[in-house]
Amino acid sequence: MAGQREFVVRFAGEGGQGVVTAAEFVARAATTVGYHALTFATFPSQILGGPTWTQARVSREPVKSPGDAVDILVAFNDYAYAEHQGDVRDGGVILLDPSVSPDASDKGRRTIAIPFDELAKQTGESRAANMVVMGALSKLINMPVGYFKEFVSTRFAGRDAVIEANHKALDLGLAQVAGESAIMDLGEPNRPDYPQSFIKGNDALSLGALAAGLNFYIGYPISPATPVLLYMERNLVGEGKFAYQASSEIEAIAALLGAGFAGRKAMTATSGPGFTLMGEGIGLGWMTEIPCVIIDVQRGGPATGLPTKTEQSDLLTALSPAHGDSSVPVIAAGTVEECFYAGVWAINWAERYQGPVIILSEHSLAERAQNIRKPDLAQVKGESRSVYTGSNGYLRYEGLEASPMPIPGGPGAYIANGSEHDGYGDTTHLGSRHIQMTHRRFSKLELLHDGPYESRNTDASVALVPWGGSKGSAEEAYDLLVADGIDVAWYYTMFLNPLPPALLKELRSKDLVLVPELNYLGQFASVLRSKSVKAEAITQYTGLPFKAHELAERVKEQLAARTTPKAKKVVQA
Amino acid sequence: MRDYMVQYETPMANNVVVAGIGCSGNLVHLLEGEQPFGFHGIHGRALPIALGVKMGNPDLNVVVVAGDGDFLSIGMEHIAPQAARNLNITAVIMDNGVYGLTKGQASPTTAAEHVTSSTPFGKMEAPVNPLDLYLTLGVSYVASGYSSKPRELAKYILDGMDHPGFSIVHVASPCTTYNDNYEQLKGNVSKGIEPTAWAIPEDHDPSDITRARALVQDGGVPLGIVYQNKERPSLDSRIAGLAGREKNTDVASLLNSFDL
Repeated sequence: MAGQREFVVRFAGEGGQGVVTAAEFVARAATTVGYHALTFATFPSQILGGPTWTQARVSREPVKSPGDAVDILVAFNDYAYAEHQGDVRDGGVILLDPSVSPDASDKGRRTIAIPFDELAKQTGESRAANMVVMGALSKLINMPVGYFKEFVSTRFAGRDAVIEANHKALDLGLAQVAGESAIMDLGEPNRPDYPQSFIKGNDALSLGALAAGLNFYIGYPISPATPVLLYMERNLVGEGKFAYQASSEIEAIAALLGAGFAGRKAMTATSGPGFTLMGEGIGLGWMTEIPCVIIDVQRGGPATGLPTKTEQSDLLTALSPAHGDSSVPVIAAGTVEECFYAGVWAINWAERYQGPVIILSEHSLAERAQNIRKPDLAQVKGESRSVYTGSNGYLRYEGLEASPMPIPGGPGAYIANGSEHDGYGDTTHLGSRHIQMTHRRFSKLELLHDGPYESRNTDASVALVPWGGSKGSAEEAYDLLVADGIDVAWYYTMFLNPLPPALLKELRSKDLVLVPELNYLGQFASVLRSKSVKAEAITQYTGLPFKAHELAERVKEQLAARTTPKAKKVVQA
Repeated sequence: MRDYMVQYETPMANNVVVAGIGCSGNLVHLLEGEQPFGFHGIHGRALPIALGVKMGNPDLNVVVVAGDGDFLSIGMEHIAPQAARNLNITAVIMDNGVYGLTKGQASPTTAAEHVTSSTPFGKMEAPVNPLDLYLTLGVSYVASGYSSKPRELAKYILDGMDHPGFSIVHVASPCTTYNDNYEQLKGNVSKGIEPTAWAIPEDHDPSDITRARALVQDGGVPLGIVYQNKERPSLDSRIAGLAGREKNTDVASLLNSFDL
């Protein structure tokens, strides 16, 4: 593609063939020299093996989504070739293991067989097959092989034999495609002038919460949230810190509330099935007014569903995880960078309004490795709850506003009671008291109206309003629509409950609000409709993210359907 | 709890009572005098709430109060993990062999063939032997008391709070409305009823697990300290022992490790 300044490379094969680490390697190497990159991974939920693929998108400009078409496919077996070759664009390249038989009728793409494993063995490091691939890749994308060599030298510093073997593998791979032309000119890297981090969504979430003062973590392993547990168990260690694996999600949520009650900034992370199990406990947190944060890294549902695929189908559950009248705050991260700030905001909101806060992430963000603007810790302000310091005889639940919270060990003993209660926390089922306490619990949400939102071209009567991890694809689709001269507004916020009031007011003024979301029901669109916004969903439930071009086309279809008068239905007698 | 405060010179505010749902859980609202902190949560989850409270602040004295329905039916799954961790709390289990609050359904400790509102043709399940269960799961302090003998009971509870690990004081606590078995426990000579409760012999060595297992299988309700293992480290002492093992875990260093 002439003038193309970016590429997508996909690696497909069996788990254990180095497929999982290949895309991350490309992204790391490319971002180290100043390009922008992000990865996408999907693999089966099993110990080893199974069909696995990952891809990296590399560009001179910041990257927002995994990318639409594949420029280079690396297929390690027949199945991978058959499954993925259709996604490779015309003019693209397919690198194959010689054991794979390509489709002889394929004229549009170049197919190059390279004996990855055999060449790796020649280097004396049989695990260097990936470096053979990288060597060939460097030629095809016109990126000097020296970049990769430099990265290998830094990564394996001090291990000269490994460096030597990997450098040799890069050269062997390069030699295999010596006569081939590059498919594009990526151009010189365009290094951003700000400090950067190369990080995955789950790690960014963890760090954001830690930056806001998190000091208690408990969780149960579940894909794709487990990395948060592992990160905390390694790093939330030492004086005054606690990270621990629970025996179930039910235990995790109950212990979370116990810790919040005892004065800790406490968090857990789970995914759909575990999140459902936590429902009753989250209701108890709402009722007893205990600060805590619950992350739901969404996967395909319901039940066991699609554990290693991406979906945005837990929104309605997140808004109402428990039985009874409640409205739990929900913050949905849309990018890896936003994962960090979602962690900060969630801790702060929980401390401020004294209750549970939900963070929604999703598989595609959790596993996405990306270069982001490094968060400036000097700008991060961690809030802490107002703690009661008076004398005993305090009525913790009196009044209609958030009130100072007594902490065990200090003054103001009370009972955190899941039954409806009086000011002290003793059980009362009087109607008048239930009314008062219900008002108290809901009125505290007004403390959470400070979430910011993005807006562009606000005069347009039609708006595109994505949420969560569909943000990146939607932003690219939006740019395509604008380039096509279509008059459409853009709104976006992480803060789904409570919605920023000014945003809601603007959305209510639109003739049509289009919500791209990865679920069948059109969940956010239905939430917006319940708030008097004329919203319609653009849905997808394939387990994969939106492709920007497809999304742009679907927006156009919706707009066309709206302006074309519908043919009257002919009723036959 | 009051005795514990005196013994350890700790303020009442350092005590937290975590209550289950059921008649027993209401205890948290019925304490007289200076009040401890209380957490009256959801059915079956008193133990995991206590896990969070204790590990949130290991200086607190945490006591769970729950009944046989809450603790041994819906909450059964939580006993084993706390026993394995040796969570340093005390659970006082009031066993009345029935669901009293919901008006008389069978519980795990209701006798087989017993007719209750939910077992109109007699209970079909074998009753659980709670003391045997606790020993099997590895609870490091197990005592058995009786609500009619409050002085002994108070001693076991104080002992349990003193014990450096997971302690359970199981209390035969008849429900006078739905399952009044005082007569069976105490016996009644005039009616020829042999008492089911019996005192554990004074020469019993609570550190002897083999003898403890035999005791709880001798039938009836043995009263006294069944078992105590003071050697196993508790979870909070294990966590405290990690101090110094951590690497550089301040947030700035953690963030810098992702630098490009």
